[in-house]
Amino acid sequence: METEIAHANRPIPSYLPNWNSNAGEWKAERVVNESKKKADEWTQCLVALQKTRDVQQFSRLFGHFAPRVKAFLMKNGASETLAEDTMQEAMAQVWKKVELFDPAIATASTWIFTIVRNKQIDAIRKLRRPEPEDLPWGPEQSDDPADLVAASQEEEQLRKALAKLPEQQRMMIEKAYYGDLSHSEIAEMTGLPLGTIKSRIRLGLERLRHELT
Amino acid sequence: MKMKMMSEEIRHHLPESVMAAYSAGTLPEAYSLVVACHVSICDACRATLSSYDAVGGALLQDTDTVVISDDALAKTMALIAEMPMDEPVGKSAGSEVRDPLFPQPLQDYVGGGVDDVKWKRVGGGVRQAILADSEGATARLLYIPAGMAVPDHGHRGLELTMVLQGAFSDEVDRFKRGDVEVGNEDLEHTPIADAGEDCICLAATDAPLVFNSFLPRLLQPFLKI
Repeated sequence: METEIAHANRPIPSYLPNWNSNAGEWKAERVVNESKKKADEWTQCLVALQKTRDVQQFSRLFGHFAPRVKAFLMKNGASETLAEDTMQEAMAQVWKKVELFDPAIATASTWIFTIVRNKQIDAIRKLRRPEPEDLPWGPEQSDDPADLVAASQEEEQLRKALAKLPEQQRMMIEKAYYGDLSHSEIAEMTGLPLGTIKSRIRLGLERLRHELT
Repeated sequence: MKMKMMSEEIRHHLPESVMAAYSAGTLPEAYSLVVACHVSICDACRATLSSYDAVGGALLQDTDTVVISDDALAKTMALIAEMPMDEPVGKSAGSEVRDPLFPQPLQDYVGGGVDDVKWKRVGGGVRQAILADSEGATARLLYIPAGMAVPDHGHRGLELTMVLQGAFSDEVDRFKRGDVEVGNEDLEHTPIADAGEDCICLAATDAPLVFNSFLPRLLQPFLKI
C-alpha cells in the first residue's frame, strides 16, 4: 500500500507555476500569478466574521461548510447523528476561535479542517491530541494582503493537482484523511505542490522572527 | 532570540509521513507528543505541517455535501450562546514564561518543567518517566547521564527520539537539542550521551526495543522499554 504513493515520484505537473525557492524570484513569480488578486470567498467571509462577529457572515459560512463538515465526519466513520452533533460543535468552535484564524497561514477551509479534525479526535475518538505551542509573537497577523491571496491561490492549485492525480494515488490521500490508513501505512504525498506552501510559510515565519529580534 | 537560534540549528527533522499522519489525525498520542514538541521549536516542520493541513482543507472544500438538519444553525447558535465568553481563547500570555527546556505540550504532560518530572531509576544512572501510553504507543522522557551509553539495541516498530537537553551520538550521527532520530527495523544503535552534559530526550515507541545483550533483556520487563 505504502509503495504505491512512495514510488509514484512524479515531477510537478507543468500546469503549476514553477516557484523558485529563492526568496526574491519567488515573490516576483507570485505577483505574476496573482490573476484574481483576491483571497477566496470563504477566507474573506471568515476575515469579515473575525472583524465584525456578524451573525449574517457566520450564517453564510455555515451554509457553505456545515454540509461539507458533516460529510467529512461521516466519511471518517461517524454515524449520521454523531456527525450532525459533532458538526454543530465544530462550527460553534469556529465562531469561538475565529480570533485565532490567521489568513496568511491558512485558508478558511484549511483552518476549519483543523478544527473539525481536532473535534473529531476529542469528541468521537475520545483521544488526547498534543498541539504545538502558539507562535511566540501572539495573535498579530500579517498585514500584507498578498499573503492572503497567495494562500488562496496555493490551495486552488493544490485542489487542481489533487483532481489530476492518478485515481489510485488520489484515493490513497483521501483514505489517509478519512482515517482509513494507519500511521505506518501513510507515505509522503508526492505529486502535490506542497513545496510552494511550505516555502511561503517558512519565509513568513523567518520574517516575523527577524522583526522580533 | 533563543527560539530563533534553536530553530536554525535543528538538522534532523520529522519524517514527512509522520507529519502527514499527524495532520490527518491518525498518529497515536505518543508520537503526536513528539511532533507537537518538535514543531513548537522548528519553523521548517511547522511550515510542512501547514502544507499537510492544506491537503485536509482541499479535501474538505471538495467533499460531497450531505443534508444537515433544518435547525442545525439554530442549534449551533444555541451552543455558542452557552459558551463562556470570558474564557481566553488560546494564545495565552505565556510567551514570557517559556520553559527553556520543555515546549508547552510537554509541560502539559509533565505538569511543569524539568524539576516536576517524576523520574524512575532504570539502572546505570539512566532514569525515565512514562508520559503517555495509548493505542499501543508509549511516550517517555529519558535522562541519560553525561557520557553514558544506552545499551546496543534495535527496533521492531517506529521510534522517534527528540533531544531536549545535551546531545547524544550513535552510529548514524550526533543529535542535539531539537533534533529527532528516527528508528525502525533497519536501525541498530548504541546512543552515547555527550560527555559535557546530561542528556534528556523525549522518546516514542510502538514496540519493545530489541536489546542485543543479555542483561538489558533480563531487565526489560521491569524497565518497560
